[in-house]
Amino acid sequence: MLLLLLLLLLLLWWCYCSVRFCLDLRSMNLGNGKGSMSAVTTTGVMKSGDAVSDQFPAGLRVLVVDDDPTCLMILEKMLRTCLYEVTKCNRAETALSLLRENKNGFDIVISDVHMPDMDGFKLLEHIGLEMDLPVIMMSADDGKSVVMKGVTHGACDYLIKPVRIEALKNIWQHVVRKKKNEWKDAEQSGSAEEGDRQPKASDEADYSSSANEGSWRNSKKRRDEEEEAEDRDDTSTLKKPRVVWSVELHQQFVAAVDQLGIDNLCNGTFDAWVVGIFVCILSKTTLLPLWSPVFRYSHCLGRCKEVLHAFQIIRVSNVNRYIMTLHFGFIIASIVNSHPTEAVPKKILELMNVPGLTRENVASHLQKYRLYLRRLSGVSQHQNNMNNSFLGSQEATFGTISSISGIDLQTLAVAGQLPAQSLATLQAAGLGRSTAKAGVPMPIMDQRNLFSFENPRVRFGEGQQQHLSSSKPMNLLLGIPTNMEPKQLANLHQSTQSIASLNMRVNASAPQGNPLLMQMPQSQPRGQMLSENTGPRVPRLPSSLGQPNVSNGISNGFLGRNGIAGNNRGPAYNPVPPNSSLLSFPMNQSSEVSVNNSLPLGSTPGISSITTKGSFQEEVTSGIKASGAFPSYDIFNELHHHKSHDWEITNPGLSYSAPHHANPLQGNIDVSPSVLVHQGFSSTQHTGQSRDATLMGKAMFSVGEGSEQDNLQNAVQHLHPLLVDNSVRVKSERIPDASSQTNLFPDHYGQEDLMSALLKQQEGMGPGESEFEFDAYSLDNIPV
Amino acid sequence: MDRNQSRRQIAAMKQSLFDQGLLDEQFIQLEELQDDANPNFVEEIVTLHYRDSSRLISSIEQALKERNPLDFNKLDTLMHQFKGSSSSIGAKKVKAECNLFREYCRAGNAEGCMRSFQQLKKEYAALRKKLEAYFQLARQAGPQETACRSK
Repeated sequence: MLLLLLLLLLLLWWCYCSVRFCLDLRSMNLGNGKGSMSAVTTTGVMKSGDAVSDQFPAGLRVLVVDDDPTCLMILEKMLRTCLYEVTKCNRAETALSLLRENKNGFDIVISDVHMPDMDGFKLLEHIGLEMDLPVIMMSADDGKSVVMKGVTHGACDYLIKPVRIEALKNIWQHVVRKKKNEWKDAEQSGSAEEGDRQPKASDEADYSSSANEGSWRNSKKRRDEEEEAEDRDDTSTLKKPRVVWSVELHQQFVAAVDQLGIDNLCNGTFDAWVVGIFVCILSKTTLLPLWSPVFRYSHCLGRCKEVLHAFQIIRVSNVNRYIMTLHFGFIIASIVNSHPTEAVPKKILELMNVPGLTRENVASHLQKYRLYLRRLSGVSQHQNNMNNSFLGSQEATFGTISSISGIDLQTLAVAGQLPAQSLATLQAAGLGRSTAKAGVPMPIMDQRNLFSFENPRVRFGEGQQQHLSSSKPMNLLLGIPTNMEPKQLANLHQSTQSIASLNMRVNASAPQGNPLLMQMPQSQPRGQMLSENTGPRVPRLPSSLGQPNVSNGISNGFLGRNGIAGNNRGPAYNPVPPNSSLLSFPMNQSSEVSVNNSLPLGSTPGISSITTKGSFQEEVTSGIKASGAFPSYDIFNELHHHKSHDWEITNPGLSYSAPHHANPLQGNIDVSPSVLVHQGFSSTQHTGQSRDATLMGKAMFSVGEGSEQDNLQNAVQHLHPLLVDNSVRVKSERIPDASSQTNLFPDHYGQEDLMSALLKQQEGMGPGESEFEFDAYSLDNIPV
Repeated sequence: MDRNQSRRQIAAMKQSLFDQGLLDEQFIQLEELQDDANPNFVEEIVTLHYRDSSRLISSIEQALKERNPLDFNKLDTLMHQFKGSSSSIGAKKVKAECNLFREYCRAGNAEGCMRSFQQLKKEYAALRKKLEAYFQLARQAGPQETACRSK
């Protein structure tokens, strides 16, 4: 506990510094470069290439994806004629699972653009992220925009249908080109790895020593693991003439980038310490998956997605948790500080300390990574179609606030809309769902508790609605420039009061939200710093991040962000133990949501609402506070439940209460996705770490309330049907208030694929520590 | 001989299909893919195409029936699929009609769409009939000469 206290203090200090330091929020800087960040493929490609090098390109293993059976058959025949080894799929999902099952089973993928189950570009992104295979797009559509889209998404070629065999005869060039580039980089970087090793070790040592907590021991341990991983990678890279960005190697890359980012982000040692603490906490926690939703909906959408992807990847490949933790820490740091990453290939290379890795390797990888990040945000934009309707109005608010990308705004808006939901989840979390395992339904008892909590909350919420609505809109956008602060503060004041009253009552019943709220007060000043300049982030986050400890820390930080939303309620909720559920909810929620394609999304919004509430005691989107708090509990609760059925049950409930919550939520809806993220974190943290939750970071959420009340309403209603239909696994019983949040879920439909992927993986991540409630809320498997 | 005669007949038929603009280069590509391992490859493909496209045709028809208002996006999407499929077998005229239809869709011209679709159906049916006759003849003539390239 003392340790936690210390950590909290550090966090607070850090947040304060960050706020000070990051007065000028910068726009998020996700993916600058091109190329897709793809998980490193193992050496399978090389092997296959080597094996058939004599007959190359014969034997090239091609995967063809097209929903048109005629085209599929023709292509198969053509490719067979070219002496390639062909596998055909008529569905993108099938193709993805095929690819995932045999990571090295294919050399190149040819995919149609228009497919009924999944957009070809989305598939392209997935493949780029996870497998780093060359992908050729094809379509009867030869419009410039479509072709351009293929280029920007990283397709290595674009064929116009009808495809001629001559065009297929040369596809091997893309395989060779890709390998060649990697190889060249590997060769050139050559040397100094050994030398770098020492500095790196010492750097790590310094880094860890700067941390003032015992948690650093974990990080040290992890560093060792990391170095071991490096060793493995070294051997593997040394064996091969080219650099294959294996999962481990990528992890190191990410860690290095993160570290650089952290160094850049953190002004001074202390900041690094704090981040380090976060990292340690994260590494301790297995609740990393829980963060996913939070990340997902933060304004660092791209980063979050990256995180999610990283989870997915890491989960699958058993990535070093430490690295993931570090990555998380970086993300948090970057989000909070809204500083772009200063990840320079040279520095990354040094940090990575992998023998045989060249600067060019790293540079190209970094480029891909940036593209991946960019695509994440781009994709999320794409996916947030549902949000468009309600986000539209909110976006205006957001737009003025920061230079957050459109997606971010959208997500933020969505996040804003979900405060209620997050609250619900928080509640759920608070109730102590310890079922971290995905799909573990909440114990009935908890559910009952939830209900009991919810009832009073609902009342509060409604009562608050009026109050809340009076408060000025708060922008929960993470990246809200400081100029928002005054407004937010004002809002906070208003909301605080309302929330306080609410809190009091809620405290009695809803433990979940409390931790967040409690912690939030401090985060107020920090509220604004949520800009997220995460820069390109490697998507692979070590699963270790999910660890409860770490996540708590991080979620705390995030709580700081959302922060404030949670804090608002904090004082009132002090008695209630921090519910990591809040934090975890977002994460779980998102995972669940993603799985179910709609509900999870909703949940995250809820989470964010919760966090926003917590973080800004004063600021408030009145709506958020009052109603948000409650609903968010519900949301969080729901979030914690990975069970899809939970959601189903709740949805009906939610839908009903949604209208109620909608109003209050509307205020909250402006919360940016980042808020959601934060909330997610908060929820994860709040289990047992109420303090941490508050400390988490800079509660920089200025909840942007919207004039969107109407929109929210519509949105909620809109979401409602969607949510109801979703098979989100949130226990409906628990979160009656969650309806509002469920309504919000549909917002995040678009991102669900990410979440689902992550959730899927995170299921295994495990609950993490018992003290962290969010353990229970590990993400369920999210079907992609 | 009978065989030669059949072959000539087949060749002539095919040539006429090309001359009339019903088929294009893609059909030749398909024929080139045909080999001993798949002696009836083209026929299989065409059969598969017609099976799949009839479903599309009926979907488009259905969509066109829901008139007020016409969902042009949906129609465009359906037609895009149909176009892709048709172009894969080298149905030239059908493909042209598809393009025309899509133009009308983009312009929001419901009348034009209806007309174009009717025309498309006609072309589609005509080609189908001719190809069926062609394949029947080819099957009768034997597997060897069906993949004659006619330039």
